[in-house]
Amino acid sequence: MSSKRTILVGLAGQQNSGKSTIFNMLTGANQHIANYPGVTVDKKVGSYRDSAGRVEVVDLPGTYSLTSFSLEERVTRDFLRNEKPDAVVNVLDTSQLKRSLYLTFQLLEMGMPLVLACNMVDVAEARGMALDANVLSSALGVSVVTTVGRKGAGKADLRDVIRTTASRESGAETPRTVVAYDELEPHIAAVEKRLNEASGLALIVPPRWLALKLLEGDSEAAGILEASHSDAAGVLTLVRSLATSFEEEMDISPADHIVSCRDELASQIVAACMTQEKSKRASLSEKVDRFVLNRALAPFVLVLSVYCIYELSIVQGYELTKFTWPALAWLRETVASLLPFPGLLEDSLLRSLVLWMVDSANTLLNYVPIFFILFALIAILEDSGYMARIAFILDRIFHSFGLHGQSTLPFILGGVFAGGCAVPGVMATKGIPDERSRLATILTVPYMNCLAKVPLYTLLVNIYFAAHKSWAMLFISTITIIMALIIAKFLTSVVLRGKETAPFVMEMPTYHLPTVLGVLRRSVDRTWQYIKKVGTIVVAVSVCVFFLLQFPGVPEEHMADYRGRIDEAMTEFRADVAALGETPYLQLVQGEGLEDLVIVYDEYRAARLGGGSNVNEEFEATYPEFYPLIARSGDAAAKKINRMLRGLSNTRKTIRREIRSEQIANSFFGRLGRLLEPVTHFAGFDWKVNIALISSFAARESSVATLGAIFQEGADEGATLEQRMASESNSEGRTPLGALALIIFFALYPPCLATTIMVKVQTGSYKWMLFSIMFPTVLGLAVSSVVFTGGSVLGLSGVEAMGVFYGAALILAVALAFVPDPAWNAPKTTYVEQS
Amino acid sequence: MFWNRHRHGKGRRCSILSPAETAGCPVCGEFQPLSTVGKGCRCRIRRHRAHGAVRQRLMDMGFVPNTEIEVVRVATLGDPMEIRVGDSFVTLRKREADQIEIFAA
Repeated sequence: MSSKRTILVGLAGQQNSGKSTIFNMLTGANQHIANYPGVTVDKKVGSYRDSAGRVEVVDLPGTYSLTSFSLEERVTRDFLRNEKPDAVVNVLDTSQLKRSLYLTFQLLEMGMPLVLACNMVDVAEARGMALDANVLSSALGVSVVTTVGRKGAGKADLRDVIRTTASRESGAETPRTVVAYDELEPHIAAVEKRLNEASGLALIVPPRWLALKLLEGDSEAAGILEASHSDAAGVLTLVRSLATSFEEEMDISPADHIVSCRDELASQIVAACMTQEKSKRASLSEKVDRFVLNRALAPFVLVLSVYCIYELSIVQGYELTKFTWPALAWLRETVASLLPFPGLLEDSLLRSLVLWMVDSANTLLNYVPIFFILFALIAILEDSGYMARIAFILDRIFHSFGLHGQSTLPFILGGVFAGGCAVPGVMATKGIPDERSRLATILTVPYMNCLAKVPLYTLLVNIYFAAHKSWAMLFISTITIIMALIIAKFLTSVVLRGKETAPFVMEMPTYHLPTVLGVLRRSVDRTWQYIKKVGTIVVAVSVCVFFLLQFPGVPEEHMADYRGRIDEAMTEFRADVAALGETPYLQLVQGEGLEDLVIVYDEYRAARLGGGSNVNEEFEATYPEFYPLIARSGDAAAKKINRMLRGLSNTRKTIRREIRSEQIANSFFGRLGRLLEPVTHFAGFDWKVNIALISSFAARESSVATLGAIFQEGADEGATLEQRMASESNSEGRTPLGALALIIFFALYPPCLATTIMVKVQTGSYKWMLFSIMFPTVLGLAVSSVVFTGGSVLGLSGVEAMGVFYGAALILAVALAFVPDPAWNAPKTTYVEQS
Repeated sequence: MFWNRHRHGKGRRCSILSPAETAGCPVCGEFQPLSTVGKGCRCRIRRHRAHGAVRQRLMDMGFVPNTEIEVVRVATLGDPMEIRVGDSFVTLRKREADQIEIFAA
C-alpha cells in the first residue's frame, strides 16, 4: 500500500554518528532550523519528494539513549511518543556498532517503525571491519541500509526503505528481536499485567516499554503512568517492591541489569554480523592525539590554534570589511537620497529616523564578514573533532569556577585579548552540554573586551593614564577574565544553583576531514540567523532608543535663538555677496534660495567625500544654477562666494551640533542621566558620562560618539576629543581615580543590545535577558562606587587604586577556585529515593 | 570534598589490586576507584557507585561492568582523563572516575 501522502520521518542517532550528513543527504537544500517549543534545542526540519509523495524529515537531537536525564533525550523521546512518526531512521556509526545498538534496542522497545542506516561503512572498512547487513537485518527484524553520508552513497536505497517501512500496516510487521532480560522477565510481566488493566494505555505507549522504564526508575515514566492509569500509586508500589526484591536477590539494580542484558545481546549480534581483522596499528586519530594532546605540548597547540582563529577571523575579517563597508555606505547614501531633503537646522522626523535605523543596522551588518569566517572556522573545529579536545585540555581550570571545558571558545570569541564580539560568543555556547555551565557562560561572555569597548578604553587611558599606558592596558585585558571567572563562580553557586548540571562524560570523536559543503552550509546558516534575528529586533529597538534621545526636544524659545543665529549669518552672507557688486549670483542668494544653496553645498561636499565617480556631472545636471558656486568652477566672483559659503556651512554645522547636544541633554535619556546622578556620583559619574553609558547600551561604539557630542567646546578649533575632555575635566574636577571607576564600570557593563537579544535567543527566556542587563549594572555600579569612594577616602591615586583592585580581584579569584561546587554535594537521585 | 578524600596511591601508574585485595582495602574498606590509576593502565569495571544521570551516561558510553578499559592519558592540568572503552575514547573528570570501581584486567 503506497498512497500519495506526506509521511513524517524522525532521524535518531548518537552524536558523531553522521546523523547530520544523512539528514543533508536526504533533504538536500530544502531544510530549515527552528527551536523545539520551550527549549533551546535545535530543531532541523527538511523534506523531499519521492515517487509516492512528500517526506518530511526531522533531525532529532543526538542521544546515546532514551532516558529522561538530559534535555536532548527528553526532546527526542517526547517527539517519538507524541508525534508518532511514520518511520524512524536510526543512524549508526558502523565502526561503533556495538554501542550504537543500545539506542536501537530502546527504539525497538518503544515500538517504533524502524529503519537502520549503518553509516560510515567506509571508515569501518578502512579499519578492517566488514558488516553483513543481511545478518544484522534478520537478527533485529528491521530493514538495514548501508550508507556513506559524506559521499551520498545509499541515498536511493534509504529513501525506498523509508517509504516501504512507513506504508507498512502496523499489524503486518515482521517479528522483531526483543531483548531478553532473563531473571527480570517475571517482574516485567507482572508490571505489564497491571498496566494492561488500563484500557487506553497501550494506545499511548507500549506496556512492556513502560514496565521497563518504571523498573529502571525513570522519573518521567511515573508521570506517564499517572496520566494514563487509574491506580498509578498501586502500580508504583508494586514496581518498587519488585525492584527492591530483585536487587536483594541478584545484587544488581534492575537498571544495571537491563543495561548488561542489552550489552550482552549487542555483543552477540555484533559477533554474528561483523568480521574484523585484528590490526595492532594505532589509528591515525590516536597518532595525532599523541602529539596534540600530549601533556606538555597540548597548551602550545591550543594557543597556536586560538591565535589562528583570532588572526583569520578578527584581523583578516576586518580587512574584508574594507570591501563591504563601501557597499553599506552606498546603501545609506541611496536611502538618504530617497528621503525628504534635510532642513537647514532640523531634519524631518522621517529622515532622521530612517537614517538612524539604517546606521544601526549597518553597524551590525558590518560584522557579517567577520562572523562568516568565524562560523566557518568553528564549523571546521567542530567537524574535525578538535573542539572536544579543547574542552579536554581546559576543563580543569573552567570547572573550578563552575564553567565547562567548552566555555573556552565563547570566551575567545567574546574577546579575551581585546577585540572580539559577544554576539558570536554567546551563539557559540550552544554546544555546551551542561545547562548550568552554559547559562553561566552566556552570562559572563559579555564581560570580555569586545572590539567596541576598546575606543573608550583608549580614550580614557590616553587622558588619565598616559604615563602608565602599558600597565593600564594589561590591567584592562586581564581584569575582565578574572572578573568573569569570579562572577561565573558566584552565578553557578548562588543564582544558578538549582540548574541541571551534566557530568563531564564526553566521547572523544575520531578526527574527520570536514566537508566543504557541510562547513559552508553551517556558516551560512548561522550568519543568516544572525542577520535575521539580530537585524529585525535591533532595528525595532533602535527606533525606541531614537525616540528616547530625540524627545521631548529643544524648547521653542531656544530654537528661536538658534534660528536667529542662522538668520543673522545668512543676512551677513547676503550683504557680503551684494558687496561684490553686480554678479549673476546676487539673485540666487536672495530669499529662500540661499537655504537651498547651503543645503545643496553640504550635500555636494558629503557626496565628494563619499567618493562617487560622477558627482560633478550629477550635481551639474540637477542644480545647474547652483553648480558654479558649489563646485568652485565659475568665474572669480563665484570662487569668492564659494569661500564665503564654506563659512556659512560651518556656522550651520556648529548650530546643528549645538541643537543636537541640547536635544540629547534635554531628552528622556538626558533627564535620566541627571536623575541618576545622585546614585552614580559615588562612582564619580556625572550626567554627561551617564548619558554616554546609557546610549552605549544600544551599541558600545556610541559611548565615544556620545561623549564627542557632549564635550563640544573646542571642537571647532580642531582640538581632539582627548584634549577637550581633559580641559573640561580639569575644570570639573575629574581625576584618574574617576577614570578607573569608569573603566571598571565599562568592563562590567551590561551586554549591548545585540548581545542581550542573543542571550534571549540562546536561553529562550526574557527572564535571563533582563537578568543579563540588571545584574551587571548593579554589580558594575557597586564595584566602581567602592573603588571611587573607597579610593577617595584612602587618598589613593588612580594607579595605586588600580593595583589594589587588581590584587584583591586576583586573590578572590584564586580563593574561589578552591570553594567546592554546590553540585558536588547535591543529593543523588537514586532508584529508591524516587517516590 | 576533594581535599579530604582518602586516595589509594595518588597519581600512581599501574597499581591495581586484585579483586580479592580490593575487597578489603585496609584503610577505608572500599574498592579501588578508576581515578587512582595512571596513564597506560588496563583494568576491568567492577561496578558503578554513581547514580542517576552519571551512571546512565557511563553505561551508554560502554562502561558496562566487566568491560576492559584502558587509561589513555590525563590532561595537562591533571584533570579530565581519557579512557579507551572498546573502540571508542571517552573523557571523564576525576570526580566521575572516582565513582567507578575497577579491578585488575
